[in-house]
Amino acid sequence: MTSSLASPLVAVLAVLVGVIGCAGPVRPEGGRRPPRIAAAANLNVALTEIAGAFEQERGRRVELVFGASGTLTRQILDGAPFELFLAADESFPDRLAEAGLTRDDGSIYALGRLALFAPSGSPLTVDERLDGLAELVRTGDLERFAIANPEVAPYGRAAEAVLRKHGLWDGLRPRLVLGDSVAQAAQFTVTGNASGGLLPYSIVLAPTFAGRGTHALIPSSDHPSLRQKMVLMKGAGPVSVEFHDFVLSDTARAILGRHGYEVPE
Amino acid sequence: MDWSALGVSLRLGFGTVLVLLPFGIWLGRLLAVRRFRGRLLVEALVTVPLVLPPTVLGFYLLVTFGTRSPLGRVFEALLGHALPFSFEGLLLASAIANIPFVVQPIQRGFEAIPNDIRDAAACCGLSPWQRFLRIELPLAWPSLLTAAILAFAHTLGEFGVVLMVGGNLPGETRTLSIAIYDRVQAFDDGAAGIMAAVLLVVSVATLMVTTLLSKRVGAERG
Repeated sequence: MTSSLASPLVAVLAVLVGVIGCAGPVRPEGGRRPPRIAAAANLNVALTEIAGAFEQERGRRVELVFGASGTLTRQILDGAPFELFLAADESFPDRLAEAGLTRDDGSIYALGRLALFAPSGSPLTVDERLDGLAELVRTGDLERFAIANPEVAPYGRAAEAVLRKHGLWDGLRPRLVLGDSVAQAAQFTVTGNASGGLLPYSIVLAPTFAGRGTHALIPSSDHPSLRQKMVLMKGAGPVSVEFHDFVLSDTARAILGRHGYEVPE
Repeated sequence: MDWSALGVSLRLGFGTVLVLLPFGIWLGRLLAVRRFRGRLLVEALVTVPLVLPPTVLGFYLLVTFGTRSPLGRVFEALLGHALPFSFEGLLLASAIANIPFVVQPIQRGFEAIPNDIRDAAACCGLSPWQRFLRIELPLAWPSLLTAAILAFAHTLGEFGVVLMVGGNLPGETRTLSIAIYDRVQAFDDGAAGIMAAVLLVVSVATLMVTTLLSKRVGAERG
């Protein structure tokens, strides 16, 4: 009996040692961890580059978490600890301002554009009038078409508006696959799982898309404008405030311009 | 490879086991040896996380503990931060999701102990605590091990609840399974592939160790 009593003790001790060894929360750089910043998924490449420039110029780090603007808004309303939120439109930051969670009404930092993308090998030919897409919808040769979920992603909402404007929404609906965010819609498309998609121009210009398909820029008059707003939360620390101002600086504006955004005056 | 995500997953796994084992031993033994009113309901509640989608648990946790609920504000005042989107909140979610994986094996373990043995121990003058510590616990030991390892392995694989109440915060709530999703969406297939392989190897190794240990224990007994 003694031996079978000893083995549970040893195992319990092993588990305890494991927990104690791993239990301490990870707090890099001694004291305060870098502030967490929530950003719309369309910013994945551009904002990562801006954060890199910020670290190089100012010597401070920020932690970026990407997702659909609506998803992130819901998380902030439920208490997620973000200090700054860069959205894909104005409506979601405005909701946070109405809920009294923000410092002020925020500022527009970029204007987003949509692009029609077709992966290599897709039967879809791209053009800004969506004629190629209309043709495929008519012949029924389109397998799947990807956009971000219009409920949570402003770019998805804009994509819906474009499709409606061209009278393609109803015909395309059974073929639509909705991404949780523009990143997922882009992933469906670039992997060839969808024959095409309406995606943020900034994502289509990303290095991962280079040589993997064709694209056409959609006229911004075809959809409600994607005025991308950022807003500081109450209780935002000095690093977040500095990063907020940095996003409006010439350095950041140049980066945003290179990634296909229009930058407001 | 996102090492901090592996760290979060391991901490969550060990933490879940540590939180749930005492509870599991108490409830599992109770269900095994006692007949009481409402037992059917308790057993159903213990099992229900197995059949419910994680979104149901995630939804209830958000509306109960989010900062927009009164209870959520109490927790915020106590902890200094909201319970969802924190490691503590994840631990709570994980503990609830793993109740069936811990309670059920332990219940079977205690049920397998013949009542004659309990009676004999009582006749020998052992107190209830002595009977529990020196007779029942050593006999039910393999089931405790199974429970711990199942909960640990299942926590490593948890995705839905973490996605809903975690919020993908690096070093805090970004577990390995969330990090893989995050990397796939960022077109970083290389990192996603490495992490998926790590998770696969760790999970297979964990399950092999369980089988090995339970066979050893069985052989010792035999």
